[in-house]
Amino acid sequence: MKNMFQEHIYTVKSPYRDDMHISGLKFGRGSKAACIVGPTRGNEIQQLYICSQLVRELSKLEKTGAIINNNEIMVVPTINQSSINIEKRFWAMDKSDINRMFPGRADGETTQRIADGVFRAVSGYSYGIQFASFHTPGEFIPHVRMMETGHQSTSLANLFGMPYVMTKKPQPFDMSTLNYCWQMDGTNAFSVYTPATDSIDEVSARQAVTAVLRFLTRMGIIRYNCHSGYIATTIEEEELMPIKTDVPGIYRRLKSPGDEVRFGEVLAEIVDPIEGEVISQILSPSDGIIFFAHTKPMVIQNCVVYKMIRRLHV
Amino acid sequence: MIKTVVSVGLPVMETMHIKKNRLEPEHKTGNEKRVCIVTGVHGDEIEGQYICYELIRRIKSQMGCLKGIVDIYPTINPLGMESITRRVPTFDIDMNRSFPGSRDGDMSEYAAAKIVEDIMGADFCVDLHASNIFLREIPQARIACAHETLLMEYAKLLNVEFVWVHDSPTVGEATLYHSLNQVGVPTIAVEMGVGMRITKQFGDQLTEGIFCLLKKLGLWEGEVIEPKKPVIANEKDRVSYIHSEASGFFVPSIEHWDGLKEGDVVGDIVDSLSGEVLEHILSPCDGTVFTLREYPVVYGGSLIARILRKEEKKPDPVKEADASGQTCA
Repeated sequence: MKNMFQEHIYTVKSPYRDDMHISGLKFGRGSKAACIVGPTRGNEIQQLYICSQLVRELSKLEKTGAIINNNEIMVVPTINQSSINIEKRFWAMDKSDINRMFPGRADGETTQRIADGVFRAVSGYSYGIQFASFHTPGEFIPHVRMMETGHQSTSLANLFGMPYVMTKKPQPFDMSTLNYCWQMDGTNAFSVYTPATDSIDEVSARQAVTAVLRFLTRMGIIRYNCHSGYIATTIEEEELMPIKTDVPGIYRRLKSPGDEVRFGEVLAEIVDPIEGEVISQILSPSDGIIFFAHTKPMVIQNCVVYKMIRRLHV
Repeated sequence: MIKTVVSVGLPVMETMHIKKNRLEPEHKTGNEKRVCIVTGVHGDEIEGQYICYELIRRIKSQMGCLKGIVDIYPTINPLGMESITRRVPTFDIDMNRSFPGSRDGDMSEYAAAKIVEDIMGADFCVDLHASNIFLREIPQARIACAHETLLMEYAKLLNVEFVWVHDSPTVGEATLYHSLNQVGVPTIAVEMGVGMRITKQFGDQLTEGIFCLLKKLGLWEGEVIEPKKPVIANEKDRVSYIHSEASGFFVPSIEHWDGLKEGDVVGDIVDSLSGEVLEHILSPCDGTVFTLREYPVVYGGSLIARILRKEEKKPDPVKEADASGQTCA
């Protein structure tokens, strides 16, 4: 029985630090079945953790012969440990975002070259899964997200068994993400989001690992026993209702992602940072379910503190 | 008259204001044209500050010559400017990828929407940029390929060394430049100098150019200079890029705006630990250096220089472009 092997899919030579080797961990042999990519940014610690747990599970499955013949799975645990190690979100030298550089350029800037090297290695797989984070800090309901490129398949995304599948009309700045470029290159691409980014949330990390293993099982790539998960609700990002603050101050959050709320219910309070009084209450504008929640302790004026899935049929 | 374009309350006893200074004739007819000068979208780009100061100072000293409305927005990312942060602090978002913005968006998108709203209806806009801290740029106007016909006549007035017709990130989608041109405000982006610095010579040069533009548009009746005749780079492959292949630090052998011959030494990438030259960089062509590395530490892929290739004697590129239907890379 052959076991997982590791190869360097791209190396960035560093002037003063260790060279950054981007590794691909391969399980199984044969046709390029699935590729899983971890953090592209230096603060995606939850995403790194999920990848590590997935590698652990895949190693066990490979040893027990549970990877079905003629299927290769590659996991790229991170493409940016240089930034992780110094706690910077973006490429530390020029603050560029590798996940806005795809498909990359072999003769371009450093992060374009990284994207090019990675994209060459991850191309050609039937399924591509990325553990990603959102640019607005906060917590989400765990979900699978995909760009509306015309190639996306929400029915395939449903097979992860996560509570929601979200589609998004790509904006110009989305067109250089791995998810978008993967789809345009013929890979069925999915981004898996969990609530945390720069901290570890064990429960949702476990949920993400199970969702990926469930998906790989349903695609006939591995054999893995688990419960069947959710029948996902599919929503478009544009359908989410933003709920904003009217005043700035200290933020007292009263609801979490997944909470069902009623019209008029108090969702949050804003406290005067000097006098300590509640100066504003954020009331729910509709019945619905909280999909996204701002988690920082302070808010500016007009800050989007929640995004809600409106319940239309009450 | 100083006006507030957008205000956003910050958590503790502070409000962020984006302001503009409106300069207008004392006696208005109601039919005045309006030109907007915008800068400071990136908090590490200071070059435009001097130009705003100088424009306001000179217009105020000759108010009788002003025949239209000039709106000057010196700092549209004030939190970034005061914290030496290129992006919008706390959100870590590039404001120049937030346009045209959204009233329902976060601070960056919200401010972007209000700025576009405020500029909408103007007759012209100049979006002033410096380079970042890594590169030094010769003063240049940048316009997208799609806007060449509309904007070239005005770009030539700006007293810059050259006009680069190229779909660069500065003029791409989600930028202020692109969004304003989309809503019918002809807009030119200008790049010059280096991040976190003011190059007075470049500032004076651009200020003269903006007065030439104001005169052409009928907003200024004072005297103006004869603007420099810029080189126009609108041909495919007219600009050569030099990227480092080694990682180390760059020691230049050339000056900015130097004329180069193919094979001339541009500089070396060297290693401070081993004392070795890691890469000896030679010019790939005859031409002029308009972008030169300023920040010495480099990785493989770091941009070292952009060279405007010496024009080859060949058939008229405009005619050639007409035949091919394409002028840009």
